[in-house]
Amino acid sequence: MPDTTRTAESDPTKTMDEPTGSTSSSSAHEVSPHLEPKPASETPSTETIFDCRNVDVLYSGKLAVAEVTAPLMKREITALIGPSGCGKSTFLRCLNRMNDLIPGAEVRGEIIYHGQDLYAKDVDPVQVRKHIGMVFQKPNPFPKSIYENIAFGPRIVGMKGDMDEIVENALKRASLWDDVKDRLKDNAFGMSGGQQQRLCIARALAVEPDVLLMDEPCSALDPISTNRIEDLMLEIKEQYSIVIVTHNMQQAARVSDKTAFFTVDLSAGESNRVGRLVEHDVTEKIFTQPEDKRTEEYVTGKFG
Amino acid sequence: MTGAQIAAKAATQTTVISRRSKKDSRRETGFALIMWGALAFICLAIAVLLLTIVIDGLPRFSMDLFTNQPSKVNPETSGIQSAILGTLYLMVLTAAFVIPIGIATAIYLEEYADSTKWFNRFIELNIQNLASVPSVVYGLLGLAFIVRGPLSLGPTLLAGGITLTLLVLPVVIIVGREAIRAVPPSISEGALALGATKWQTIWRQVLPGSIAGIATGIILALSRAIGETAPLIVIGAAVSPRFNPDGLGSAFTAMPVQIFAYSKDADPQFLELASATILVLMGLLLLMNSIAIYLRNRFEQKW
Repeated sequence: MPDTTRTAESDPTKTMDEPTGSTSSSSAHEVSPHLEPKPASETPSTETIFDCRNVDVLYSGKLAVAEVTAPLMKREITALIGPSGCGKSTFLRCLNRMNDLIPGAEVRGEIIYHGQDLYAKDVDPVQVRKHIGMVFQKPNPFPKSIYENIAFGPRIVGMKGDMDEIVENALKRASLWDDVKDRLKDNAFGMSGGQQQRLCIARALAVEPDVLLMDEPCSALDPISTNRIEDLMLEIKEQYSIVIVTHNMQQAARVSDKTAFFTVDLSAGESNRVGRLVEHDVTEKIFTQPEDKRTEEYVTGKFG
Repeated sequence: MTGAQIAAKAATQTTVISRRSKKDSRRETGFALIMWGALAFICLAIAVLLLTIVIDGLPRFSMDLFTNQPSKVNPETSGIQSAILGTLYLMVLTAAFVIPIGIATAIYLEEYADSTKWFNRFIELNIQNLASVPSVVYGLLGLAFIVRGPLSLGPTLLAGGITLTLLVLPVVIIVGREAIRAVPPSISEGALALGATKWQTIWRQVLPGSIAGIATGIILALSRAIGETAPLIVIGAAVSPRFNPDGLGSAFTAMPVQIFAYSKDADPQFLELASATILVLMGLLLLMNSIAIYLRNRFEQKW
């Protein structure tokens, strides 16, 4: 597990009004024996970054995802897995209010982020997205130079400082700098798919978010590019909380600290499919001794 | 069919793939001939038209054409300077109106309008319809509301520019919407996910990504505008003015109007002048369409 290498240094960005305590204890007491025991109060994993409480997502009044209650931990990689149509991507898009862009979408419940409900009336989704970055399934660089792709975000959010430096730092964090430092003015469309996706990660990191949401970031990439992105995720999780949707269970097992398994609830009929969170736990536990039978069937390949 | 039967059949046949039948080849040739014929017919028609115009117009195609003013009595010294300038001014004026209004409307309809609302669908439907309204109808509209009526601008350059704007606006809006729609939603999503506002996303990503398509559409629309005759005649463009337009409130003429005026005259010398004017107008249109093609090939974004 990548977890074992993590240093238990104290969190420099710890905020005062963190909704920890009761919500995080549920995962703390389930830590499997395979993991190195950590002093609970000092490891980042005892702090929640998103405290989701009874989150429902509706499209045009129809329930799509129901009753997701889960604390997602700071500075951890949380993988969302499950069969197609189980609502894992929909749920991910709740976390930075991307669902607001879909006409007729409605989110109920609470998602507490740094003590604030993301769906409170006075919260501006644009401000939410400045703190919670996103990487999409298909690399979507802007049709501009590599440099301009990175600089776009810092410019629009009004970041101060030397833009060249900001761009260089972002590219370095996404371990792309050495590949592209001599062709920053080239169009990003000329890069390979894997490089484009790392550029998208660099672009998201350039605005210095707190969280990175990744929606199947490797599904369009070859195994080598996938590998590089996974390494990258493990590197940057020291500074960022990551939530990743993946169809690839090995990927979830390789990179994530916690795994949330979603499934499709067909009890209301085939035309009323509802996504539900079945189990959310330490990754190793989900894959070796899941509590729910449906999780076990899924991770062992019996269905899905 | 059993395996034995297949084997027996294969043995009796010398080839597996049958030869092309005579009937099929005849049909193929027939279709090819019909298509070549259609193409040849069009090329011939254009060639005859061009040739007649060049033969008639070339003798009068000289500097005098550009420097002299039109005249109804002296074909020898007649030119089309006021018509050329009128056409250029009309084009600039129409562009000045149609670019901001057309792009803004296209952005509204593509990015802001909720197409489930009846009035937005109503607007869309009407724009589609307006694009196919005959130009003379726009002329009558211009006459009733711009030249006279509420605006009462008189038969001026400004009135002509507004009328032509109304005429080509639907086309610009439709082409603009198509160009905007061609920008993949993933680009907007990428910008929004970085914390860009809707306007920042449109202004810095969607518009730059679609500007080549929009510009092409605008140039083609303008080339349609400067070729229009009927609306300008209806709103009362001057015939053979011996002065250049000197402002928005000035009387004016344009090349198509002057072509119409010259070709009505019985004196064959005026017909030559009309042909020479057509050459100038066609040259301008060819130039504009070439620019449009260049823009499209050079700057169009491949997604």
